[in-house]
Amino acid sequence: MERTPKALVVLTWVTSAVFVVALYLVLFWAPQEAIMGDVQRVFYFHVAAGWVGALAFLVTAIVGGIYLARGEQRWDMIAVASVEIGIVFTFINIVTGSIWARPIWNTWWTWDPRLVTATIMLLIYIAYIMLRQGIEDPDRRARFGAVYGIVGFISVPLTFLSIRIFRTIHPIVVGSSDPTAQGAFDMTADMRVAFFFSLFTFTLIYITLLWHRLRLQNLMEKIEERKLTALSS
Amino acid sequence: MSEIHPTSELVEQKIETRADGSLRAYLRSIAAIVWKDLAAEFRSRELIGAMLVFAALVILIFNFALELDIRTREAVTSGVLWVTFAFAGTLGLNRSMAIEKDRGCLDGLLLAPVDRNAIYFGKAIGNLFFMLIVEAIILPMYSVLYNVNLFQPGLIFVILLGSIGYTAVGTLLASMAVQARTRDMLLPILLFPVLIPLLLAAVKASNGFLLGFEMAEIMPWINVMIAYDVIFIAVAFMVFDFIVEE
Repeated sequence: MERTPKALVVLTWVTSAVFVVALYLVLFWAPQEAIMGDVQRVFYFHVAAGWVGALAFLVTAIVGGIYLARGEQRWDMIAVASVEIGIVFTFINIVTGSIWARPIWNTWWTWDPRLVTATIMLLIYIAYIMLRQGIEDPDRRARFGAVYGIVGFISVPLTFLSIRIFRTIHPIVVGSSDPTAQGAFDMTADMRVAFFFSLFTFTLIYITLLWHRLRLQNLMEKIEERKLTALSS
Repeated sequence: MSEIHPTSELVEQKIETRADGSLRAYLRSIAAIVWKDLAAEFRSRELIGAMLVFAALVILIFNFALELDIRTREAVTSGVLWVTFAFAGTLGLNRSMAIEKDRGCLDGLLLAPVDRNAIYFGKAIGNLFFMLIVEAIILPMYSVLYNVNLFQPGLIFVILLGSIGYTAVGTLLASMAVQARTRDMLLPILLFPVLIPLLLAAVKASNGFLLGFEMAEIMPWINVMIAYDVIFIAVAFMVFDFIVEE
């Protein structure tokens, strides 16, 4: 049995500690927002989760490109691990946004460009996972994953752009076309500290999870190998 | 110096003719693949027939689902058209790549001494042809059924731009989907989220032309479509090699 590398253990503990600090900063330390009250505190983790989602998908597209250029399996492993984490965090981003929007916009959902783009992005990467599940040959799976990771990532800004044009030409009556219009606020210095600390925390969580996921993948492959040798002997 | 000069000129000339020759060979292999697809289709008439019947059915269903009376019709025509094209298109894309895969034709194509990108462009142009033929039949049919004039140069230009983008991405993703276990199910799931910017722009631009908006309001959509077409043709050109690699 292979032990967890010491650096990873340390990183996991550090991340946990940092997360507790971030919780404290967000829930107690940051001042209450004057108009929205405590609901505004969702904002810190909401944006941080969205950031990690986008970062994870960017990483997938980049390592996909590297995989296509070099053909080394480990890049593909990073790509899958990153997509899985990205899906979870994008989902957290959408759900926390909904929780915030219910009292502030008085609806769980509006067809705002950012909301729609985040959802379509989520769908693209769920399709990515489904594509991979449908292919047995690991080499081909990696190549197709890389290609779809790149194609999908390129389409996301175009989606955002086109929905944005859509909304500026046709103003919508319910809710707001611009999220800064309803529920906008200026951050105080304390809020900004909590905000940037959340971003930092979530980035750290991303790195930790990615590392754990890669290790898991390695172990899975080792088990697979042992199974094969056990079966053949 | 005087001795070197003519030689280098000769070399240059040689390179030029070779580049010219390989470009011509490239175009010829694309044309051959397109021709093969068209000839096979005109003999079997499987693909276009199925796409057409399916498209007609989709329009019929929309008729009942949306109760297309005169007022709603004006507002939703472009949406109905594009949904119809998109659905009928996946049918065609799936089929066109599945034929290659099932009968081992793709391996034959890959063995042929042609550039792999030529295979992509050949298939994409073939698919574009099928799509345009279906659209050319659906448009007058819709015009007659619902008494709207769809034959406006602006609208036809939008349909052309939209179909180019659709087949560019569709051919790329279909050639991945046919190699997967869940292929028929997989294509729309892969294709539609990536297509959304194109479809949205196409619906809006078509709507603009149908309702007689000013060009200033339609232009952003046309620009989005042109950008989409250019970007994805370029991406497909770069990555297609990796999809058919064995």
